[in-house]
Amino acid sequence: MFDRLLPIDPEVAARIEALDLEFNKFGIDPYGIDKNDLTRFVSAFAWIYRFYFKVDVYGLDHVPSEGRGILVGNHSGGVAIDGAMVMGSMLLDAKRPRLPHAMIDKFIHEFPGASRVMSRMGQFTGNPDQALRLLRAERLLLAFPEGARGTAKLAKDADSLVGFGTGFMRLALETKSPIVPFGFVGGGDALPTIANLKGLGRLLGVPYVPITKWILLVPKPTRFQLLYGQPMHFEGTGHERDEVVNAMVDQVKERIRDLIRQGRQLREKEISEDELVL
Amino acid sequence: MKVLVTGISGMLGRLTALKLLQHGYEVIGIDRRPWAEAPDAIELVQADIRKRPAEDVFRSHRPDAAIHMATVTHLVHQSPDRMRVNLYGTRAFIHHCQSYGVQQAVFVGRHTFYGAAADSPLYHTEDEPPMAAHTFPELADLVAADLYAASSLWRYPEIATAVLRIVYTLGPSKHGTLSSFLRGPTVPRVMGFDPLFHFIHEEDAAEAIVTALAHKLHGIFNVSGPSPVPLSTIVRAAGRRPLAVPAAVFRLGLGRLGLPHLPAGAIDHLKYPIVVDSDAFRRSTRYTYAYDERETIDSFRTAR
Repeated sequence: MFDRLLPIDPEVAARIEALDLEFNKFGIDPYGIDKNDLTRFVSAFAWIYRFYFKVDVYGLDHVPSEGRGILVGNHSGGVAIDGAMVMGSMLLDAKRPRLPHAMIDKFIHEFPGASRVMSRMGQFTGNPDQALRLLRAERLLLAFPEGARGTAKLAKDADSLVGFGTGFMRLALETKSPIVPFGFVGGGDALPTIANLKGLGRLLGVPYVPITKWILLVPKPTRFQLLYGQPMHFEGTGHERDEVVNAMVDQVKERIRDLIRQGRQLREKEISEDELVL
Repeated sequence: MKVLVTGISGMLGRLTALKLLQHGYEVIGIDRRPWAEAPDAIELVQADIRKRPAEDVFRSHRPDAAIHMATVTHLVHQSPDRMRVNLYGTRAFIHHCQSYGVQQAVFVGRHTFYGAAADSPLYHTEDEPPMAAHTFPELADLVAADLYAASSLWRYPEIATAVLRIVYTLGPSKHGTLSSFLRGPTVPRVMGFDPLFHFIHEEDAAEAIVTALAHKLHGIFNVSGPSPVPLSTIVRAAGRRPLAVPAAVFRLGLGRLGLPHLPAGAIDHLKYPIVVDSDAFRRSTRYTYAYDERETIDSFRTAR
């Protein structure tokens, strides 16, 4: 799809080659991930990840290098830059690269272009059946339990957390998948949103249109902190009553809150890397 | 063992009939259409499944098993009468099976049953409901025929009934929904979308139907071949040129400007994937396909 546009970075190509995916004769994995498209797209993205932005990643070893798992973290910054940076850390920084499947909002696949790119990169609408199947296939999922409410946080609230859905926890319980909590700091600085236009969003078929300090939806070069915490294991079937599941979700939420707090302190240089408790 | 095949003159009907002969079955066929080159060993009755002469075939031949392939898509049969062919035809088939002591029935259905939408998961399982009949009314009668056929699982539990939902077929015959779409040198696609397409070589599809019969399957089963491939990749591998057309232009231009004659609902099938999980079928029958994704497309491309 990007053959004439995007050149291949040999280092990225080697990392894509090392992914734990099976490609058929056309270079397509069973979920439609296209090896060639992925290599070209990630080659271009690597530049953005390394030079336009800069991501200080901590605790990458906490992410399982193989087998099922769910990365769960906070959303902020108008659009899902945080999701892209998590992808970048897993594909470009992890010792053994992995391609997380983000459970994305339905509206994305309704857009021409976005649908095509997301389909070839293995990014699907967050549907419980889809998530269950991917976990059983030993894939790594990426979930933002705040959903669009999370990205809609204005810059001043970027480090706060809004209501968490419980879907990720029920999936983790049902498939006995570890949950890796992460905290992401700096989203509110890259795209400082001052308002969200919901009416215009409805017209365009998106949840809202964020307006930044400089009006345009162009993020400024920013250094981010991304902190992965220790994997959390929960016991259950996934069919427990809401109160039971909510209590578990709250434990994850607290952990993420703590990771964001430490990330913020690092950012403000109040603590050093050695003082982190991940 | 005597097997009756309805819709035998269609592409898949013929291939299935020939395979049945190879496997040593006795074959009787019913179809409104002729099949001039049919082997002598096949007794072909030109009749409508809904009419008396078709019932007479069941009565006089007393087949042990029957395969129902006499359902038609909007591509073949455009009048609203299609609903009657598909639903009354399926009812007649099931009634005759029950009245004349047929022990095994196979209903050959389609994977498009599940529908295509932005949020539908890849790999549909048999327990999933049909989610898109409302956006594609031309498929509603096939969805209803599928559900209706499945009702004989509890209505007539004494008959081993297999409802098969088979993915698109592709092969040298150049017949079928996907083949017709790929017919011309330039194949339009919806700009910005590139869904996975699930397909199987037509010989493999016929083999799967015979396999379902041989294993006396009872239940609903998805049937697929190799793992799915994006539409644009299929188009190029088939030696065609893909042409991206914006969705709005596509909708307006259907049947004109060289765009295919398709109902508006079909556009969703060019935007979103319909991919099925056929593990249950494979586990029950140990079925494996013979043609992989490239061989299947090549057989279509190189056919004259």
